[in-house]
Amino acid sequence: MEYVIEMRNIRKEFPGIVANDDITLQVKKGEIHALLGENGAGKSTLMNVLFGLYQPEKGEIFVKGKKVENNDPNIANSLGIGMVHQHFMLVDKFTVTENIILGKEPVKGGTVDVKSAAAEVAKLSKQYGLSVNPNARIEDISVGMQQRVEILKTLYRGAEILIFDEPTAVLTPQEIKELIQIMKKLVQEGKSIILITHKLKEIMEVCDRCTVIRRGRSIGTVDVEDTNPDALAAMMVGREVNFKVEKSDSVPKHPVLQMDDVTVVDSRKVSVVDGLSLTVHAGEILGIAGVDGNGQTEMLEVITGLRKATSGKIMLNGKEITNKPPRKVTESGLGHIPEDRHKHGLVLDFSVGENIVLQTYYKKPYSKGGILKFKPIFDKAEKLIEEFDVRTPNVYTPARALSGGNQQKAIIAREVDRSPDFLIAAQPTRGLDVGAIEFIHSKLIQERDNGKAVLLVSFELEEVMNVSDRIAVIYEGKITAIVDPKETTEQELGLLMAGGKKAGVIA
Amino acid sequence: MENQKNWMKIAVPVISVILGLLIGAIIMAVSEYDPIKAYGALFQGVFGGSYFLGETVRQMTPLILSGLAVAFAFRTGLFNIGVEGQLLVGWLASVYVGVTVDAPAVIHIPLAILAAGVAGGLWGAVPGFLKARFQVHEVITTIMMNYIALYTTNAIIRAYLLAPGERTEAVAKSASLKSVWLENATDYSTIHYGFIVALIAAAVMWFVLWRTTTGYELRSVGFNQHASQYAGINVSRNIVLSMAISGAFAGIAGSMEGLGTYQYMTINAGFTGVGFDGIAVALLGANSALGVIFGAALFGGLKIGALNMQSIAGVPTEIIGIVIALIIFFVACSYLVHWVVNKVNKGGKI
Ligand SMILES: Nc1ncnc2c1ncn2[C@@H]1O[C@H](COP(=O)(O)OP(=O)(O)OP(=O)(O)O)[C@@H](O)[C@H]1O
Ligand SMILES: [Mg+2]
Repeated sequence: MEYVIEMRNIRKEFPGIVANDDITLQVKKGEIHALLGENGAGKSTLMNVLFGLYQPEKGEIFVKGKKVENNDPNIANSLGIGMVHQHFMLVDKFTVTENIILGKEPVKGGTVDVKSAAAEVAKLSKQYGLSVNPNARIEDISVGMQQRVEILKTLYRGAEILIFDEPTAVLTPQEIKELIQIMKKLVQEGKSIILITHKLKEIMEVCDRCTVIRRGRSIGTVDVEDTNPDALAAMMVGREVNFKVEKSDSVPKHPVLQMDDVTVVDSRKVSVVDGLSLTVHAGEILGIAGVDGNGQTEMLEVITGLRKATSGKIMLNGKEITNKPPRKVTESGLGHIPEDRHKHGLVLDFSVGENIVLQTYYKKPYSKGGILKFKPIFDKAEKLIEEFDVRTPNVYTPARALSGGNQQKAIIAREVDRSPDFLIAAQPTRGLDVGAIEFIHSKLIQERDNGKAVLLVSFELEEVMNVSDRIAVIYEGKITAIVDPKETTEQELGLLMAGGKKAGVIA
Repeated sequence: MENQKNWMKIAVPVISVILGLLIGAIIMAVSEYDPIKAYGALFQGVFGGSYFLGETVRQMTPLILSGLAVAFAFRTGLFNIGVEGQLLVGWLASVYVGVTVDAPAVIHIPLAILAAGVAGGLWGAVPGFLKARFQVHEVITTIMMNYIALYTTNAIIRAYLLAPGERTEAVAKSASLKSVWLENATDYSTIHYGFIVALIAAAVMWFVLWRTTTGYELRSVGFNQHASQYAGINVSRNIVLSMAISGAFAGIAGSMEGLGTYQYMTINAGFTGVGFDGIAVALLGANSALGVIFGAALFGGLKIGALNMQSIAGVPTEIIGIVIALIIFFVACSYLVHWVVNKVNKGGKI
């Protein structure tokens, strides 16, 4: 049997860590091959080796049966390998077309032939059903469209084998459905796909085979037909994973966060948050369900002080925090796991330890009289990476070198550890493996049981349904319904999120 | 790999210096000068006795400070091209205090240096403010502030401080950094106490940046403004502060000229160049405090050595200008050096 891709006995080391240890991966032509493993297992690293970004210490790579020597991204490209990275690599200020042709511009008479480039891009986008606006700038388009640009970029370079590194982690449910259609279309047209995802449902739905790695080592490859999510999870984590969230009934107490008729008008003069009122009590987890773009992000920004309210009032712990600067809000008892971990959550060039004190560096014991105290800082970091299982060689490693899921765990550790009275968790389990998700959910519930208020925002309806004690539906900048997760269904929620009404619920 | 990185930090400047000297030699040979004789004179001019050492240290002193100014701003995500202007206002402020105030040396010298730091700091804070408030890019405003500084200091000297010879009066003895003792010990070079100030400044830069909460905030803002804002750090305030601290280093560099080397300020027809050399020094020193000292030593040494090269080997000093430019070029192209090293490593392995 000949494979389009065969990676044999790959070993890749980083300072203090063996990211890939004797891994073998075989991909057949025309299949969607899943790569599954815990956070930090070495999936992205393995794919970066295949794409020629990293040189392995040991091992061989064969593409269509031919051995690849001295691999680098140019060689990988010419062999028909294309990669859509976990964190996109696009030039914000360039248009969609410019990004796609970058590095392989068609030239006519010494200048870039924009016309033929645009035509080529249009053709590809039609062939694979990848709808993009060729003239829009990257900074102005949605994450879903940015991803389609990344896919087009690889196709434009003639990719036959596409690597998708956690493509669905940043997408909304609707966008995920579209992406799955696109992937099916791609294999129909004869492409092969390697898909990294933590969502077992997706593997069951689109993949043909699945290779599991754990802590840098191959565990095995299975046919998806012959397996099920529980078995996959056990294979990956090395123990049974509990998918059902265990929790007792909530005992809500006094209100902690009160938003009263809050309106936010953005730079385009649109009311993105439109007279929104909401109360979160101590001892409860309130989930926000809504289709992306209905004001969730802006609502969180206005609570946390990152954006100004045009009108209305926000109270935290009985104190008014409307339009107060972020530091003041934080000190009134806020913790915030932000939606975009690279933009807001971390200073990537800081060490893990420095990131752990991002909210507290100016306080004792981390500094005294304006002088940083490194021992307490790094001691704290040691304790947290242990408790939250953040996999990193040590606390002095720059956050940039952590795997995506471990970066997320570091942020959660920082915010949850401060045990704030009010904790905002925006897409907290994005990019986490099933074991870590189970752990984070239990942490949120533990906070609740300790009498803290938790606001959970997630695009994963299942997560909202399982973890929340109450669910508020947000639609066009307003809370349109509040429902009890035990008395509703995903269908009903979906309807409410689309702007439908339900009898008997009050906003 | 970690080790390789540290090694590269030193290798890049060293290889760049060697390449710069080599190509300099080729240029000399083509222009029919004797490169061996020229470099012999150059090295004699750098290491050939206490006089040259004294001159080199004197040359280094303002370069260290202007290098620190550039490096500090760079570490916090800003390009301070305005060191030259901040240096000029610092120079004038120190001379003004040196001329007009009457105090014992223990007060007079620190006061004059402080005045220079404050003047440079304020001059630097203006572009910082414009950036924080109106998002005007600091490169443009700092360059404009350089010209404003040049013509304003000249006008002030002309209007209020003019002494015969197109310059101010000399500063009082109590404000002078001159050291008869050091001069005697170095065969009557023009060395002065300023280098102590420069070394202290280097220590201060390191300490502020890496050991204080202020430095933490400044670096955080330099790396990621969004995350800093999220963490409650006042981004605008830190941009202004960073430019002010950077400007203060530059202003103190000016006081080294005013209180040390010259003892007065002349009406300048053009820029001193010390501020711009600071960019190169910072680049050579990889923006670290210690690196800046080494970078300044290299610059200072080459400039002093070049004088000897001219008098003994008859090679024009401009050649050294070319060598310095080449060294900067190669450091800036360190990517190229990395690439060569990687290729060699790879070749060795396979
Ligand atoms: N550039 C790097 N420098 C140092 N260590 C690295 C680097 N890239 C990855 N690592 C380390 O290698 C290990 C594997 O990381 P990798 O990114 O491959 O994980 P992953 O399986 O993709 O995880 P995730 O699901 O969280 O994205 C991690 O422990 C990580 O800290
Ligand atoms: Mg990854």
